[in-house]
This record gives sequence, structure tokens and C-alpha cells, in this order.
Amino acid sequence: MGEIGLKPYLLVGAVLFVTGIVCMASKRNGIGVLMGVELVLNGANVNFVAFSRYTALGLDGQIISLFVIVLAAAEAAVALAIALNFYNNHLTIDVDRGNELRG
Amino acid sequence: MESIGHELGIWLAVAWLLPLLGFFIEIFGGYWGTRLSKTAAHMAVVCIATGFVCSSIAFVRWGAVTDWAALELHAPVSATHFYEEPNAAKHSGHGSSEAATAIKKSFSGQYYQLALFGDLEIAIDYYIDSLTLVMFMMVTLVATCIHIFALGYMSDELTDDHIDHEVHLANGSHMHRPGRYYRFFSYMSLFCFSMLGLVLAGNIFMVFVFWELVGICSYLLIGFYTERHSASTAANKAFIVNRVGDFGFIIGLMIIWTWCGTFQFYEYDSVSQSRPGLFQMVRTADGQLDREGDVVYLQDGQGHRLVNAHNQQPIGIEYMLLVAAGIGIFAGCVGKSAQFPLQTWLPDAMEGPTPVSALVHSATMVAAGVYLAGRFFPIFTPEVLLTIAYVGCITLFVAATIAIVATDIKRVLAYSTISQLGYMMLAIGVAGWVAGLFHLITHAFFKSLMFLCSGSVIIGCHHEQEMTRMGGLWRKMPVTAFTMLVGVIAISGLAIPGVIAFSGYHSKDAIMATSLAFFGLNSSHFLLYFVPLITAGITAFYMFRLWFYTFLGEPRDQELHEHVHEQSWVMTGPLVVLAVFAAFCAVGGEHGYLFRLLADSEPAGIAAGTIGVSGIALPTHKQVGAVHMTAGAYALVVACLGTLMAYAFYGIKILNPEDVKRQFAGVYRFLVQKWQFDKLYDVMFVKPAHIIAGWCVAIDRGIIDAFLHRTVKTGVDVSNWDRRFDEVVIDGLVNSIGNVTFAFGRSLRVLQTGLLRQYVMFIAIGVVGLFLLLFVFFPK
Repeated sequence: MGEIGLKPYLLVGAVLFVTGIVCMASKRNGIGVLMGVELVLNGANVNFVAFSRYTALGLDGQIISLFVIVLAAAEAAVALAIALNFYNNHLTIDVDRGNELRG
Repeated sequence: MESIGHELGIWLAVAWLLPLLGFFIEIFGGYWGTRLSKTAAHMAVVCIATGFVCSSIAFVRWGAVTDWAALELHAPVSATHFYEEPNAAKHSGHGSSEAATAIKKSFSGQYYQLALFGDLEIAIDYYIDSLTLVMFMMVTLVATCIHIFALGYMSDELTDDHIDHEVHLANGSHMHRPGRYYRFFSYMSLFCFSMLGLVLAGNIFMVFVFWELVGICSYLLIGFYTERHSASTAANKAFIVNRVGDFGFIIGLMIIWTWCGTFQFYEYDSVSQSRPGLFQMVRTADGQLDREGDVVYLQDGQGHRLVNAHNQQPIGIEYMLLVAAGIGIFAGCVGKSAQFPLQTWLPDAMEGPTPVSALVHSATMVAAGVYLAGRFFPIFTPEVLLTIAYVGCITLFVAATIAIVATDIKRVLAYSTISQLGYMMLAIGVAGWVAGLFHLITHAFFKSLMFLCSGSVIIGCHHEQEMTRMGGLWRKMPVTAFTMLVGVIAISGLAIPGVIAFSGYHSKDAIMATSLAFFGLNSSHFLLYFVPLITAGITAFYMFRLWFYTFLGEPRDQELHEHVHEQSWVMTGPLVVLAVFAAFCAVGGEHGYLFRLLADSEPAGIAAGTIGVSGIALPTHKQVGAVHMTAGAYALVVACLGTLMAYAFYGIKILNPEDVKRQFAGVYRFLVQKWQFDKLYDVMFVKPAHIIAGWCVAIDRGIIDAFLHRTVKTGVDVSNWDRRFDEVVIDGLVNSIGNVTFAFGRSLRVLQTGLLRQYVMFIAIGVVGLFLLLFVFFPK
């Protein structure tokens, strides 16, 4: 079984990242947007883990990706609270309705 | 001897300073009391009454020490006259060394040295002789009576809402103001302090200070009803006219200090090395001027010439300078005693409350001029004395003629005051020193009495002062009428010789005798005898005219008459006291106590007539005595004629004053307009002053103001340009920067759509864009 190499990992990460971006940009549902965020973060995580192979210790990227996961969890909790409040105020979670900060 | 002088000084200082203390407390009466409180007034009365007691104690002490020598008759009385006393027995005072055995009767000393500038010593000195003591007792007694009278007279001020019926406001109503009872009495206290200080003064500087203080008190009191235009104008007039006299006074003062180097009258008793006083320098011990050619040599008080300490040369003063100094001092007296030509202020001063007229403008302050002329007698040269005599002569005639036609009861008395002051000045001018001051004292009593009576009438008639509306008042106010009659008889000089004679008869007789003796020696100055003689008749005429007009006959104004009533004892009591003094204070005439007391202070040389030089002979006491009976008889006859005339016109009315008025319409108008003096001064001084002031205004407006306006206008123009520059250039710059920034921000606003998904797109595109740029610019 030969080395898979770095490129497939980066490819997977890039696909995840782009998918997440597209998800964030296209979904009007707030929860969908959050899911897009998760995808973007995980795309980045894949990159970190892949690159950690090339560091002296070999664990740096993995540690950072663990941080990112924790961070993502925290972010999700906060974002869901925002989504709930948004729902309470607008009776919907359509992010296009939340345009009060328009300039 | 020193200690008694000291003791007298303390008694009189207490009498002098008590009213000042009273003033300082009373002036705050509005703060510590209500306007209904009489406390301040009672305090003023107590202060001045205590002053009288202290003066009396001082007098008794003085008499005890001098063994009443002043009162002893040195010659048998029999048929002789006081004037015929041997001269040698008199005049032990004033440090004349020749009479070693005589008792010292005058005392001088220092209370406090204020300042010493080189040789110039400014101090609070006292000089006490019988004249000082008599003046102290007279002033305090008269002032006490008048204070008590004023308790009643001023009582309409005892209110929080006094209505002044003389002041008409623009809306037709009368002026309302808080009452000023306490303030009246505090001014009166201040006046008493000033007057007593003037009498007690031992140097000219102090005299000048108190001279001005009585002036300011007079100003405050004349202008007491300050809201009345006439009162405030009269106060200003009195003050300004007096400044004219004081100008001369200051010149005299400067001459005296420059040449004599001292202000003090006589050398101190207690200080051994003290310098000789002013009067000791000018006159020798027997009253002569040590004159050689045009120079009068100063004396050292021990019978020698005063020498300059540096070159041992005798010090002299130009004779003409001495004359100028005398005229200067007399000018001050002219102002204060309302003599011709400065007499115009006194009648206007009647705008003050009547007690003020009684105390300040008849009995004491105006007499201060005569007192000062008496004090400064030693420095008056014969030329000055002649001036004084003629000024007095003119004054007494002019004022008496105006009094004939005056119809305001207070104005008649005011002109009579001026006339009587003229008599006093005349007496001093013809070397009748004692006669002049004798008349001063008697006049103070009867004139204050008559003023208080007029005050009582005015109050009784509800502030009506025109005699033409009075008449028949004696039934309604008998006490006032009869005390007034005492004063009228006294001032007219009526008497039954040998039986009864009131004070004015004696004092006027003394003056007439002196002027007759003077006329006998200098026949070219006959006016100095005949004018006063005629005026004696005029005096009797206008005084009885006043009395008949006011108290006798039928009431002219029935309505007014019905409301007339006699006053309470607070006001009639002082009248009775003063009437007693007016009648009997000079009892005995030239043999009486008052006359002999005053004669004791007479400057040396008058008795012997030795002071006269340069063609004017002054009468000796012997010469005066010789003509006394004649002069007295003539004066009495003339006074009786005047009285009969008045009776004929206003008593039984067999002659009608209206006819006379019509017959001499020109004269009448001339007299009613006060000899045109006011008009003359208006043309001579007031109008030119207005014209000059007009020029000054024109210069001010046309040149100074115009220049200032031009400057200011230029400044405003420059500022306007500056403002435009600021607004256009600087503000424009700042604004345009702001505008650009604002427009930029505004244009960026459109990016903030508020759409979340769009932001994500921007971020994504932005990141891609950044990467693209990175690749383009940094390929490897």
C-alpha cells in the first residue's frame, strides 16, 4: 500500500471548504448557514491535520484542529442561541429578513 | 496750673466726643431698631445734655481756679461804666509776662499729635478761655433744647410709610418713603460734635477740619428731605457757596503757615520748649504790630523778636501778606456766616426741617464765622477790620430790607439771621470785640427760640409757612405766641431802660455804642453808624410785622385756623427754657456776668485802642463808654419807631401795606427778588459756567467722541473683513475636508446591505481576489 500523499487531503479540504462557502452563501435558512460554517471549519481542519505530518513533532496541526473543533462547538452553541433569539424576534430564521444593520 | 488746664481739656473733650459716639451708634438705628423706635433720638438728647453738664462742670472748675476773677468788678460801679475800668487790671491771660501776679485764665494744650512733617505739626489741640467755655455752654444748651423740640417736631417721620406731600410723582401721587427719624438725630449729633470741635480747636488746621465738618452736616441736614428738588438744590447751593469762602480760607491758612510756621493759636502750657503760638507771633503783649516799613516782625512770645535759628536775623512778614491772610480767613467767615456777597445760600437753607434751621442756620453754625473772626482778631490788620465792618454793614442792611417783604415765616427769620450776623461782623470790624461776641450769644438764644416758635406754628398749621394764611393764632397757641413775643422784643432791642431790658437790647446797645465811638473818631466812615442805626428800626419793624401777622388780627384762612392747636410739652418746654434765656441771659448789660465773662477773653490792645494804625483810629473802651448812653438812646428811639410803624401797619391797621406796595412797586419788586442777587449770580457765574460747559460738551462730542467713534468704526470694519476671511477661507477649507470625508463614507454605506449571505460572498470573492493578486505580483 503506497503513500496516498498530500494532494488528495488538500483536495478533500478544498472541496469541503468550497462546499461550506457555497452553503453559507446560498442557504437562507440560518441553520443551513451554520452548517456551512461547520463545513468550512472542518475543511480547514483537514488541511491542519494533513500539514501536521511535515512538522518536527508531527502533532501541532492535530492539536490545533482539536482546538478548532472545540471552538466550533462553542461557536455553534452561541450561534444557535442567536438563531433562537432571531426566531423569537422575526418568527423565522430566514437570514435575509435580518437586514436591520443595513447601512 | 497745668493740671487744671488738663482737667478742663478732659471735661470739654467728653462734652465734645459724646455726640460723635452717639452719631456712630445712631446712624445704625435702622439696623438695630425699627423705624418706629425713638431710642436713637433719646440717645442724641442724652449725649448733648451730658455735654451741657460736662461744659458746666468745666466752667465751674475754671471759675474756682481763677477765683471768678473774670466776674469781679475792678472799679466802683456807681455811675461809671464797665468800659471805664482801668485797663491794667485786665488781661492777665495769653502769657503776657508783665502781669506776673495775675491769674492765668486761658489754657492751651494738646490731646494728640496726628503728624509731624518737618516743622509742620498737625495735632488735635485745645484752647480754653472764657469764650470757649461760654460757647460750649451756649451750644450744648441750645442744642439740647432743640433736640428735645425735634423729638416732637420730627415725629411724623416715625413710620415705615412716610408720605412727603411736597414731592409730586409723575403719576400725580405723593412720594412714599420709610421714615428717617433716627437718621435726623444722628446727623444732629454729628453736627454737635463738629461745632464743639470747632469751638474747642487750638489750631487753625483743626478749625479748618471742623469748619468743613459743620459744612457737610449742614449739607446733610438742608437736604434732609432729599427727594424734594428744592431741598437738594438748596443743599448744593449752600455747599458750593461755602466752597467759595473756603477757597479764601485755605489761602489765608497757607500764608500763615508759610510765614509763621505754625498752626497753633497759643503756646502750650505744659511743654516747656513749645514754640510761640500764631497770635503771640503777630502781636506784642499789648496788642501792637511790630511794624517797620512794610515788614511786620514776628514775636517770640517773651517780648522779643523771633529770630531765625540759622542766621540770627529777625523773622518778618510782609504787611500786605498779613492783610491778605486776614482777608482770606475772613472770606471763610463770610461764606459760613452768610455775609454779603455770599449770603444767598442761607435763605434757601430753610428747606431743611425747622429744628435744623434753629440750630444750624441761626444759632450755632452760622455764628461760627463770627466766632472765628473773633478768635482771629489778633491777625486782622486795620484794613481787614475796615473790610469786615463794611461787609457787615452792607449785609445787615440788605438782609433787613429783604426781610420786610418776605412772607414765608421762616424766610423772614432767615433774613433776620443774616442781618444780625452782619451786626456781629460790624461790631468786630469796629473793634467792638466783646460787643460782637456778646450779640452772638444773645442772638443764639433768641433766634433759636424764634425758630422753634415758628416750627411750632408750622406744625400747628400743618406745614403751612406762608404768613399770609395765618393770623389770630395767639388764642390757639398762647405759649408759642408769648415766647415768640419775648424773642421779638429781644431782637428788636426794646426795653424800658433802668427797669427791664431783654438780652438783645444790651448786646445791640453795645454794638451801637462801639460804632458811634468809631464814627466819632473816623467821621468819613459815617455809614458804619447810620446804617446800623436805621436797620435797628427796620429790624423792629419786620419782627413785629411777623408777630402781628402771625398771631394777632383775624384769621385769614378760617379753615386752616380751625385745625390749629398748641403743641405738647415736648415742644413748648424748650420754648419756655429758651425764652427765659433769651430774656435774661444778658441781664445787667455791661455789668452783667455774661458780658464780663466774654470781656475776659478779649485780645490785648482793644481796650486801649492801641491796635489801630494807618489812618483808622479804633475806639478805646473809654471812648465807647462815653457815648454809650447816647447810642443806646438813639437805638431805642429808632427801634420804638419801627415797632410803632409795624403796629400802625399790621396791628391797628391805620395804614394799609397794600397802598405802600402799590406806591413803591419798583422797590417792592426789587426787594422781593432779593436785590436781584440770585439773578446777578445766575448771570455772572451760573450762565457762564453753563456756556463753558456747553463748549466742553461740544469739544467732547465733536472732537474726542468723534475720534473715538472713527477709531471704533475702523476697528469694526477690520473685524468684519477678518470675519469674512475666517468664514470663507478657513471655515471653507475645514468644511470641504469634512464634506469629502462625509461623501466618501456615504458612498460606502451602500456596501452595508445587511444581507448575511452577501457578506459571505464578499468575503469569499475578496479572499479569492487577494490570492489572485498574490499570484500576480509574487509568482514565486
